[in-house]
Order: sequence, then structure tokens, then C-alpha cells
Amino acid sequence: MNTNPGIIGRKLGCTQLFTPDGTIQRVSVIEAGPVVVVSKRTQEKDGYSALILGFEERKAKHTTKPVAGIFAKANMTPKRIVKELRCSAEFAAGYEPGQVMKLEDLFTIGQKVDVRGTTRGRGFTGVMRRWNFKGFVRTHGTHEYKRHGGSIGTNMTPGRTLPNLKMGGQYGDETVSVLNLKVARIDSEKHLIMLEGGIPGSKNGLVLVRHGIKAPRAKGGKLRTK
Amino acid sequence: MNTSLKLAEIESAQLRSELPEFRVGDTVRIHYKIVEGDKDRIQVFQGIVLKRRRAGSRSTFTVRKLSFNIGVERTFVQHSPRIDKIEVVSHGVVRRAKLFYLRDLKGKKARVRDRKDA
Repeated sequence: MNTNPGIIGRKLGCTQLFTPDGTIQRVSVIEAGPVVVVSKRTQEKDGYSALILGFEERKAKHTTKPVAGIFAKANMTPKRIVKELRCSAEFAAGYEPGQVMKLEDLFTIGQKVDVRGTTRGRGFTGVMRRWNFKGFVRTHGTHEYKRHGGSIGTNMTPGRTLPNLKMGGQYGDETVSVLNLKVARIDSEKHLIMLEGGIPGSKNGLVLVRHGIKAPRAKGGKLRTK
Repeated sequence: MNTSLKLAEIESAQLRSELPEFRVGDTVRIHYKIVEGDKDRIQVFQGIVLKRRRAGSRSTFTVRKLSFNIGVERTFVQHSPRIDKIEVVSHGVVRRAKLFYLRDLKGKKARVRDRKDA
């Protein structure tokens, strides 16, 4: 299980930055915070360790009483987004309920991180868009078959369409992880983290940023920063 | 592209306001830093501004010149730190936002009239 440290945030969009030597970094900007620790799961009590993170304010009148109780226990205002983050006991020990997660403690510039998000939903989509099928020739008498996928199987053997065949259907609105994005810049004051490369989802979409699970490690298992 | 206010703030921090104002049709000299290994030198590129793409910190402009009778176009990222300085040599009078028609013209036809008041 992925127990790497991480944080939740919202995708603000993409832009580009200049490094001092003039190289352009194409970045996705994530507003990750202020994220507070709402409560903790501990090995003794729950059998595993995790942090429960809260992000963005929720109006008290929109909060159900059981949920409000969790926040009242931590002595804070209700949060709109609550997410449990499995992590190592050592990492969880550094945080107490009510504490604001600091980006500069979590990430270093140049580090590889993974981003999980929900891609933009495209609804029911044909095979050309969903699976990059070629479609049919537009001319030479093609009739009502221009965006079709063609044959979906043989006749008597096996006499059925095989499972997992690429066909039209719901496309997008699925959870996708993008691995090994480089941290380009951190603005801890504004709670912004900028990553080189694209991340899934629309603007204002929720994303989860974690230390890269497949990031190259130096000898001794320590994360390489470059 | 629409950018949120927070993104616009990041982008505006990258802008270089000290660069001179210039328009499409102007003749400019671009002093561009070229990095070779650990040394860098400045290369000058002079020509007519063919087009400008105004997009905040992502703005670019294209300069066209004739080099040994071969047209050379170069697109610069306007707010790049690699641009050492921009000199406006002359202001031109043009009636288009993009001067792509200059690509098909040669010699006397491929000139841009100078602005008198500038």
C-alpha cells in the first residue's frame, strides 16, 4: 500500500515558468491548502496509521451532526473535503490534530511526486475518440458507417464477442495517477505547489499529491532530490 | 486561454516590464543570450516583427530577416531572461496584425513603410 507522505489540493491550471537561466518549465499549479490534520488513526487504536486531512471550509448548517462532532473534537471549523491518508507511523507522529500541513516540510524542489485525480468526463463516447480507432473512408460510397469500429468478432468460433473488446462507452471521469512529476516550485505562503507536466482533471478538480512511489532512490533508500 | 486570478498572479510575477514597447511591422534588434557550456555570449538578431502573440508571461513574437538572401524567422519568448535587451530600430506602418505576406515578397516589395511621427 502506498504510505508515502502527501497532501490534497485543487488543480488551478497550467502555465509556464522561467528558470533563472531562461529555460521554460511547463507547470501545473495545485493549490494545496491550507490543509489541516483533522484527526489521526493509530496502530494501537485502529490497527493502522493514517492522517485524516481536511481542506476548505464547510458551512456549519451544511454539516451533519456526526460529522460536526469530528471537527468539534479537534476544536476546528468543519471542512468540506475530508480525506484519509495512509502513512507511516513515523510520518504521522510529526503531526497533531489542528496542525496545518506545511508544503515546504512535505516536498522539496526537484523531487518526484505522483498525482492522483479524476479525469474530465466525456460521457458516452464512440470508438474513434475513446480508443483512437481510425473509422472508415469518408468517400467511395461509405454509408452510415463512417465512425464505426468495424468487426467485433468471428462467426461460429467462438460464436460470441470476446470480453474487453474496445467499444464505445463512458470515457473519462475515472481516477488516474500520473507518476514521477518533478516539483518545480513551492509557494508555502499561498499554499501553491507547481509540478512539471500535466495532471488529470479539470480546473478546480481535486487531486492528491504524494511522494513518488516509483521515484528513483539513491543507495540507502533515501529519496533522491535530483 | 482563461486563467484564474491566482494563476494570473503567478504569471504577472514573470513579466519583464523594462522591455520597450514595439508593434508588428517595427524593426527590432534582439540581443539574445546564447549559453554554450558554462559560458554565454550575446547574439544580435535584427529584423521585422512579423507577429506577436500576447498571452501574459507566455507571450511570444516572431522576427523575420534576410540572411544572405534567405529568409530567417525566429520566435522569441518575450519575457524570457535570455533576452538581454530589445532595441527598436524603426517603427513601421502596417495594416495587418500578422505580416505573413512578407514571406512571399522579395526586394523592394518586401519593405515596410516607416512611421513619420516616430
